[in-house]
Amino acid sequence: MKLSKNFTNPLAANNPVIVQILGICSALAVTVKLEPALVMGLSVTFVCAFSNLIMSLLRKGLPSRIRIIVQLVVIATLVIVVDQFLRAYMYEVSKQLSVYVGLIITNCIVMGRVEAFALGNKPWDSFVDGVANGLGYAFILVLVAFFRELLGSGTLFGIDILNRFGYVGNSLMLFPPMALIIIGCIIWVHRSLNKDLQEK
Amino acid sequence: MGLRKFVDKIKPTFSEGGKLSFLHSTFEGFETFLFVPNTTTAKGAHIRDCNDIKRVMIVVVLALIPTMLFGMYNVGYQAQLSGCPELADAGVMALFWYGFLKVLPTIIVSYVVGLGIEFTFAQKRKHEINEGFLVTGLLIPLVMPVSTPLWIVALSTAFAVIIGKEVFGGTGMNVFNPALLARAFAFFAYTPQMSGEKVWYTVDGQTGATALEQLSTYEAGAELPYSLSDAFFGFMPGSVGETSTCAILIGAAILLFTGVASWRIMLSVFVGGLAFGYLFDVAGMTEFPAYYHLLVGGFAFGAVFMATDPVTSAQTNTGKWIYGFMVGALAILIRVVNPAYPEGMMLSILFMNALAPLIDYFVVERNIARRKKLIKNVK
Repeated sequence: MKLSKNFTNPLAANNPVIVQILGICSALAVTVKLEPALVMGLSVTFVCAFSNLIMSLLRKGLPSRIRIIVQLVVIATLVIVVDQFLRAYMYEVSKQLSVYVGLIITNCIVMGRVEAFALGNKPWDSFVDGVANGLGYAFILVLVAFFRELLGSGTLFGIDILNRFGYVGNSLMLFPPMALIIIGCIIWVHRSLNKDLQEK
Repeated sequence: MGLRKFVDKIKPTFSEGGKLSFLHSTFEGFETFLFVPNTTTAKGAHIRDCNDIKRVMIVVVLALIPTMLFGMYNVGYQAQLSGCPELADAGVMALFWYGFLKVLPTIIVSYVVGLGIEFTFAQKRKHEINEGFLVTGLLIPLVMPVSTPLWIVALSTAFAVIIGKEVFGGTGMNVFNPALLARAFAFFAYTPQMSGEKVWYTVDGQTGATALEQLSTYEAGAELPYSLSDAFFGFMPGSVGETSTCAILIGAAILLFTGVASWRIMLSVFVGGLAFGYLFDVAGMTEFPAYYHLLVGGFAFGAVFMATDPVTSAQTNTGKWIYGFMVGALAILIRVVNPAYPEGMMLSILFMNALAPLIDYFVVERNIARRKKLIKNVK
């Protein structure tokens, strides 16, 4: 597969969240505000890219029957690195994200890309694939968080946008069900733009 | 018959090949609204009946008229009670007129927004326009407090029609009752405006709690805030349509006489509510008698007009009993046990809407199992 296509595909046509419906759980939990959503998206991008890279380097000498355990060790190590980094440098955000950083280990996108792509492709391709999938995930998170923060609290990144015009915050936007509905609407728009995704 | 001629004259413009053929659905909707369609269904199973969806919906609208009229009068009456100076010695008609002017904008907004969205979707999808919204559009203003700002009404109507109905495929395909969904949206999105101490104001600047809100802080031994007859005839604050059990019962009689609503559901909701009311009374968790629960708040309105919605309720007869009983029981459970939500009817109906297909599934499965056993015994 060509590298450029390899990169753009997970961003739109084969987006992990809105086409493969993976990683929904964290997308509901961390999208109340833009800042944690962005940090979460970048963390997953980091973990996904480097776990893909490392597993791709290891793929030749790795017995198939222990591969899941090795994958878990690699992913868990990377997640702990991210977690410690956030605690050291972005303590406030890390507190908001709470357990969801640790739960990146269980994020289906990370393990899915390692299984489906990294174990059968060259390191550089795998790295690009990991970055692209992470960014595809981050993009949806930021999009959902944009609507939720703007309509829910009238702010963006904590900066007042709508409240100065007398906007009344929609508190339903702050509840997780609304994130699900927004993701549903994004999927709706995405599918009506891409006819080949529609079921017959 | 001038109108018929006129409709026939402009028909070609909207038919296929005509200038305005893209507005075909809209034209069709208005034509069948005015006249009984003279076409017959070409294929598939169908029932021979003079009642199509439009006539059924009109019956429900008729049944809602008493509650609406009384609700309007009550708005004026409550305003007078709260000491509105201009209404100090107003007669019945003046009070009604005052309430009419308060409620009318809500009705107009709900119809304009809802029908606008329905028409747009019908055009886009080249469907016929369905009549379900005629009822929903009247139910929405009746389940909202009269003081609800118009933009909240518009927003929740739009939410209910798009997310509650159109994404599932339009009228007849919705999982949840759209009118209740509109109220639920308003309740959760704008909680401070929709509940609590401030909800009831008919005169600008005056606020008060609804009857249910007052009851939730009611203490044993004190006098009930509203006498039984006040509660039954509806002289108490609350959402526009919900206060008068008497007017609701007139509507219920119309629905039952014409066979539009299911008597099984209606009866079992009241039975469920009463049973759980007594249960909590015996257990000492409520201080006021069980039947009082059925009179205040939206219980009767929900039981008669919301729970019986043929689309979102259970379809099998046994299922209807279970569904109705659970609606009534859960409503009282939420009212008594959960202090955060003084009104449980909305949540319990929405919850049972979600469970209705499951109930039907088990009822059908059980029936199949029973008949299989019957065959075995005969052999």
